[in-house]
Amino acid sequence: MEIVLSIVIVFMILGAIYALYAKDLLSALISCGIVGYGLVICFLLLQAPDLAIVQIVVETITLVIMVAVVLNSTREELKEKAVVNIDGVSYVHQRYIVNVILVVVFALFLLYFFKESIFTLDHFGEHVTRMSTAYIEKAAEQTGSANLVTGILFDFRGYDTLGEATILFTAVIGILTILRAKGKK
Amino acid sequence: MNGMTPIVKKVTQLIVGLIFLYGIYIITHGHLTPGGFAGGAVVAGSFVLLVLAYGSNILKLKKREEGSSVVESLGILLFTVLAFAAIFIGTKVFFANYLPKGVIGELISAGVIPLYNIAVGIEVAAALFTIFLALVIYKEEVLK
Repeated sequence: MEIVLSIVIVFMILGAIYALYAKDLLSALISCGIVGYGLVICFLLLQAPDLAIVQIVVETITLVIMVAVVLNSTREELKEKAVVNIDGVSYVHQRYIVNVILVVVFALFLLYFFKESIFTLDHFGEHVTRMSTAYIEKAAEQTGSANLVTGILFDFRGYDTLGEATILFTAVIGILTILRAKGKK
Repeated sequence: MNGMTPIVKKVTQLIVGLIFLYGIYIITHGHLTPGGFAGGAVVAGSFVLLVLAYGSNILKLKKREEGSSVVESLGILLFTVLAFAAIFIGTKVFFANYLPKGVIGELISAGVIPLYNIAVGIEVAAALFTIFLALVIYKEEVLK
């Protein structure tokens, strides 16, 4: 199973990299779809059909909406040159040098803390979350729900679900506000 | 937005009811199968399919389409009302499960969880369809 999972993840990475460098926005969008549907296969292989159903439906709807938007546009990415000109002098080389120095410094900084933290963690596969064990053992009796995921989402973690619903509500309000500001004129 | 070819229309006519019913099934069996979010997305998908296949004239769209937005607000209102009702009934805790739990695996069991599922399903379906409708109306009215 891990070999199949690795192959799917490699395809997802290739699709994501292609989406960055594609000339046409539509092909970039379709290669983004590879990432989404690959994630569906990953969820199925990892035995999470709930998430797989949600992912496949939401991915399809968002892809349809995005394709409808892209087909109405010019289908080309706006190109902006990364050249800073002040008084006719180009500062490109200075910016490259500063960027490289910053990247190296932060990489060393993060590597040091990664080395420090990796030895204090448990071994791979041994989880330290005792809460999840309690959920798996007692959730069915305490909530009465045969589906443990729904039982946890709507009973133990009701606040999470309320926040999730509120996020969707706020997103809709934002979209209506943006799209109707022009429509009313 | 114009409709598609007769082949797409006929296939949509045959299949859209099944998709809608499948979404309703997932929502109502939320405590046994995947919950309200997935079912709401499936229901919204059936409406989106209908609009894409038959064109936007089928819904008699107006410039200000408020029906789906009102339904979405009612969905989230139902969710919060159910959550707040727990303060006044039974153990007096926010989000408490105050209805009898029943037998695990039955359709009517798990107390309030199926009602939460229905509220979230209505909310998600109406929200996704409202986003789609807002884009359709924007294209019809503004970009004309």
